[in-house]
Amino acid sequence: MIGSIIKRIWALICGLRETLGYFLKTTIFGKPITLMYPEERWTPYPRFHGLHKLLRDDNGKEKCVACCLCAAVCPAQCITIETAENENNEKYASSYQIDISRCIFCGYCVEACPVGALLMTGEYELAEYTREGLLYNKERLLRE
Amino acid sequence: MDIITLAIMLLKLIVVFIAMLLGVAYLTWLERKVLGHMQIRYGPMRVGWHGLLQPIADGIKLFFKEDIVVDNANKVIYLLAPFIVTVCAFASFAVVPFGNELTILGQTIPLRIADVNIGVLYIFALSSLSVYGLTFAGWSSNNKYALMGGLRASAQMISYELPAGLSIIGVLMLTGSLSMVEIVNAQKDLWFIIKQPLGFILFLICSIAECNRTPFDLPEAESELVAGFHVEYSSMKFALFFLAEYAHMIVMASLVTTLFMGGWHLPFIDISSLHPTTLIGQLVVSLLPICVFGVKVFCFLFFLIWLRATYPRLRYDQLMKFGWKVLFPLALFNIVLTAVLQIFNLL
Repeated sequence: MIGSIIKRIWALICGLRETLGYFLKTTIFGKPITLMYPEERWTPYPRFHGLHKLLRDDNGKEKCVACCLCAAVCPAQCITIETAENENNEKYASSYQIDISRCIFCGYCVEACPVGALLMTGEYELAEYTREGLLYNKERLLRE
Repeated sequence: MDIITLAIMLLKLIVVFIAMLLGVAYLTWLERKVLGHMQIRYGPMRVGWHGLLQPIADGIKLFFKEDIVVDNANKVIYLLAPFIVTVCAFASFAVVPFGNELTILGQTIPLRIADVNIGVLYIFALSSLSVYGLTFAGWSSNNKYALMGGLRASAQMISYELPAGLSIIGVLMLTGSLSMVEIVNAQKDLWFIIKQPLGFILFLICSIAECNRTPFDLPEAESELVAGFHVEYSSMKFALFFLAEYAHMIVMASLVTTLFMGGWHLPFIDISSLHPTTLIGQLVVSLLPICVFGVKVFCFLFFLIWLRATYPRLRYDQLMKFGWKVLFPLALFNIVLTAVLQIFNLL
């Protein structure tokens, strides 16, 4: 009886110790884990799934060969590609659009690409004022 | 009463009132900061340095909110309720001695608004009156959640007022007076927390329950009753409830300090025996009791916030059981123990 009461009171004291520990850890001996967002920013990990990017080869030519595998594998079906041929009879994407508002950032498109033309960057601030702003065309995806 | 005494009285009233309002405002800031840090986040950070202007921004916001009077409410009681609560909370501070005496330019100013010879009784009376405000608010809003909150407030007040009153009888027996100043003076050598440890713990628990603070915040249990008795209040009427709750916290912290922690007395050092020769030294010594009192009150306020960050709310039946089956017998036991020890001159 007495033992169980003491045990319960001890549990209360342990609870107080826990919260005070956090208080001291976040005031005198450190700071909270909160990031003060616009001033402090988080660096994404190298394999973070952010906004896509289309790559160019060393000569500055687009790597994409318009095979449409990325569009085929995309579970959200957010990639739309129109193909055309250039003067050397090579296939290329005359239009390449990713609808970021539907993209689930699974990265299958990057895995499916046979020529390594697609990459996911660490860019995560993708908010826009219009829906049209979330449709990324080829020029925006080829950005440096 | 000559004009100077009157002027000093008025000045004291104004200073205490403003200090109280500022204290309440910055208590909300302190609460948000401490809760934040205990939950590993910052709390207010944007308005002013570390959110120091946040209470002012909140006040302005509340002031400009739409003032809604519920159609089906009992208008008179509905409008009266926040004032009852606020007046009771602020009036309680009138008898709290926050310092001994201040001597400036030959004038001796007692550092309290009124030294009533039934000071403790007065505070208890007012804090029981303030529950009428909560019950009226709950009933007149014509809302089931508000009514539940009001009913809980009154039931909780009855259950916890009793052990609170009984737990300080030990102190009153040791002092032989109900005057707050005499209680403080009786603790010059030894604080009552050492002579009355059980009474102190009981009174602390009851005072938390009387402020309606976590873990006894049943009247405004937000996860069960939306906001309890003040669901239907908005704008400044809500702000008054808020103000009263925090003012009540300050009053209760002052009461605990006065009754058990030696009021303005420092441990081991008698401030009144210090007689510095320089002017600055005299000023420091005369202001020291107020600072000591303030620090003690601050510690209790911190403790109340700390409790809120730690403990979950009691269930309603647990609250009642705890009040009647644990605190009440323990308070009675404390009275008997103190009486017996006093008869044999052991205290």
